[in-house]
Amino acid sequence: MGKTIAENILSNHCGLDVRAGDIAICDVDFCFGQDGTSSIIIDSFKKLGVNKVFDKEKFRMVIDHSAPSPNIGVSEIHKKMREFARDFDLGLYDIGCGVCHQIIPQHGHVTCGDLVLGADSHTCTYGAINVFSTGVGSTDLAITLACGKNWFRVPETIKVIVKGRLPAGVYSKDIILRIIKDIGANGATYKSIEFYGEAISALSVDARLTISNMAVEMGAKAGLMEADNNVLKWVAGRSKREPRPVRAGLGARYAAVKQYDISNLSPQVAKPHTVDNVSNVEELVSTKIDQAYLGTCTNGRLEDMEIAAKILKRNKVHPDVKFVIAPASREIFIEASKKGLIDIFIESGCVVVGPGCGPCVGTHNGVLADEEVAISTANRNFKGRMGNPNSFIYLASPATVAASAIKGKIADPREYRKRL
Amino acid sequence: MRKEEHFARRLKVQDNINTDYVISGRYKFRIQDPKELSKHIFEDIDPEFASRVKKGDILVAGENFGCGSSREQAPQALKIAGFHAVVAKSFARIFYRNAFNLGMMLIESDTSFIDDGDTVEIDIDRGRLEDVSKGLSFEIKPIPSVMKKLLEDGGVIEHFKKYGGFKFDE
Repeated sequence: MGKTIAENILSNHCGLDVRAGDIAICDVDFCFGQDGTSSIIIDSFKKLGVNKVFDKEKFRMVIDHSAPSPNIGVSEIHKKMREFARDFDLGLYDIGCGVCHQIIPQHGHVTCGDLVLGADSHTCTYGAINVFSTGVGSTDLAITLACGKNWFRVPETIKVIVKGRLPAGVYSKDIILRIIKDIGANGATYKSIEFYGEAISALSVDARLTISNMAVEMGAKAGLMEADNNVLKWVAGRSKREPRPVRAGLGARYAAVKQYDISNLSPQVAKPHTVDNVSNVEELVSTKIDQAYLGTCTNGRLEDMEIAAKILKRNKVHPDVKFVIAPASREIFIEASKKGLIDIFIESGCVVVGPGCGPCVGTHNGVLADEEVAISTANRNFKGRMGNPNSFIYLASPATVAASAIKGKIADPREYRKRL
Repeated sequence: MRKEEHFARRLKVQDNINTDYVISGRYKFRIQDPKELSKHIFEDIDPEFASRVKKGDILVAGENFGCGSSREQAPQALKIAGFHAVVAKSFARIFYRNAFNLGMMLIESDTSFIDDGDTVEIDIDRGRLEDVSKGLSFEIKPIPSVMKKLLEDGGVIEHFKKYGGFKFDE
């Protein structure tokens, strides 16, 4: 009987035929930590009593969560990371390089069929390029850094099939918010999700990364897609390693199969304070906003910048709104600049900050005041996520966020459909 | 493992407690000292909570406890605050691994009837959780053997040092 993508990738990495529920000790192809998690990775690694990392080429640290540092505490962590990198001759992406989940695939550290661990919960992002990648804590990451392995419980899989054609003004962010509304914040806990269907195949690789990125918001361990020609072309231009695309076998067993038709989907908005609290945008128009944010590992890619720029061109950000934009990587920043998008943003009244996580994590670049309302392209709207428990966060697509920033209240981007 | 008695500390919010609730956004990354962080646990949802916790208490929550970020500071702060274990209806997977890696026990069980301040007994071998104050008994979901092994060894670092890698019976 055939296996799911998760079962196949984990079997390939432990040398055994493993199935859902089995425990497998697997070789890991790549692992990394960011500045919120690397301090404990370094401490735990030193406690293990080993004196070298398993493979220097298979580990990176990324300074993205608070970059540049907003306070002394964070500065000390950054310094500790730089010293560890220097002492062990390890690669480090310092401030300005961008968000880990953009730069790791972009710089070709991962390719189809890989098994990847990251000390960051949104590591599931690379599922869109056929990588079984999942988030772990710092100590788990330190163990892998020492020995190149970790243990995995092979997950059950939910198969999600997305049919139909996206209407104008509706994007992959809206698809994944719709799915999360249905499956719920807890609906895929411990499980893997496989995404299929014509609506997924029609998406660019950038847009697919948005979907896999948010698999963890349903509790999922991975959010996997097959590698089609678009993906193979995408990784070929970036990774030097040979891709080993993995498909699900015939008769693979699924814990559940879910189908969605997105032909008539409205732009979706997640309301405070949970990601599965989702409404159609029509129900929320006129909700006043104080801040808008375009960026993050969910929606900080070039395509996202292009969509927002189309709406913002020759328009002004509402005088009561602070619109912060953080491109997800230096390369995206450069491309956006060459295409004139950055000029459009600045002329319309946006504040463009350096590549990184920006205000999403709540440590810098736009911390909200009490009672303030933000609309963001990020993946989490938990109470206090953007640094203040007395503020309110709505999540939406780059188009919805840009339209809302102009109106000063949550707005339907389909109003600008002729531009899109 | 022997039978032990503990006091229950029930959170005001039960379901989907994320790691940003365990450690407020105000303190994450700013404070590194786990002892200092442990004084602020759950501050955004229950400002008095941390001051009520005594060593050996058991934290009581609902579905999907520990969802959100992979930050290990969350289970670390709970352990240092004095919690012997967390009992919840279900856990998010990264938090689940992180807690056992640090040698802190997580127990999956029905928690609907346990009130703050109840005396609770946990019997891992029999797979039961008793609310002594109410005279109620609940079934515990068996702890996977890998997790039991990590607990026995005092966490994954000690396990790794002892065996020079992973050693599970399965």
